[in-house]
Amino acid sequence: GPLSKRRLMDVRLGELPAWLATCDFSPQGLLGGVQKAWNSYYDKYINVKRGGPAGISMLLAGYCLLSYGWNYQHISK
Amino acid sequence: VLHATRPLHTAQQCLAPLPPLPEKGGEVRYGLIPEEFFQFLYPKTGVTGPYMLGTGLLLYFLSKEIYVINHETVAAACILSVIIYGVKKFGSDVAAFADKLNEEKVAKALAVKNEAIKDLETAIEQEKKEQWRVEGRSYLFDAKRNNIAMLLETNYRERLLMVYNEVKKRLDYQVAMQNLKRQKEQDHMIQWVEKNVIQSITPQQQKESIAKCILDLKALSKSAQAVV
Repeated sequence: GPLSKRRLMDVRLGELPAWLATCDFSPQGLLGGVQKAWNSYYDKYINVKRGGPAGISMLLAGYCLLSYGWNYQHISK
Repeated sequence: VLHATRPLHTAQQCLAPLPPLPEKGGEVRYGLIPEEFFQFLYPKTGVTGPYMLGTGLLLYFLSKEIYVINHETVAAACILSVIIYGVKKFGSDVAAFADKLNEEKVAKALAVKNEAIKDLETAIEQEKKEQWRVEGRSYLFDAKRNNIAMLLETNYRERLLMVYNEVKKRLDYQVAMQNLKRQKEQDHMIQWVEKNVIQSITPQQQKESIAKCILDLKALSKSAQAVV
């Protein structure tokens, strides 16, 4: 389909800047993007009948990495 | 009346009933990395590609001190080991428990639905019975009509009887009056006649009649003695 309607995973590497240009970077747009991303993650890994540890463990791992990144300056002293 | 000045049916159509939840979530290897990553690298690097990538990245971070090893590393390692041991040991039990809870919820909802269906079916049965009863309307109305006719007839006959009785009473009164009048006239006339007759009997006639009676009696006594 048209470039703006495609999801990130379906965009080819060369088209990435063009795709970024069509993105909506206003606060509502960003919020909508975050909402969609969270909804897709939630529907795929958490909102299932027989989930496992995968759903929250990936969130926790992401949180660990993020906090390590924020505190890197302090740690590397 | 719906004044449709705004467009209707613009939101996305919601499917009802909702599609059921997927059975299992997306595949994740080692609980951290989705399968898509492995599949993404498979055509180029084969099976061991992602592992090599992981090892290389790890060694790079360690050597370049992007990831420093301090007391927190030991703490993280201990915590991770405990968590993994706990999940491996009690995972299935927790999963069974959660499944049981879900089952109960679903069973309750199903029970409610079945109850509602049963109630509606009994309602349908009763409705059909009522419809069957409606067919007997004609008999009901015939019976009512008969009742009313009988009431009217009874009333009519009662009134007829009353009229008859009243008329008879009046006629009886007239008859009694006439009888009374005749009676009175008769009595009066008899008394008048008797009075006049008694008045007309002179004393002399009385003596003569008494003497005649005595002679008759003697004659009779003689004839009676003779018979005895």
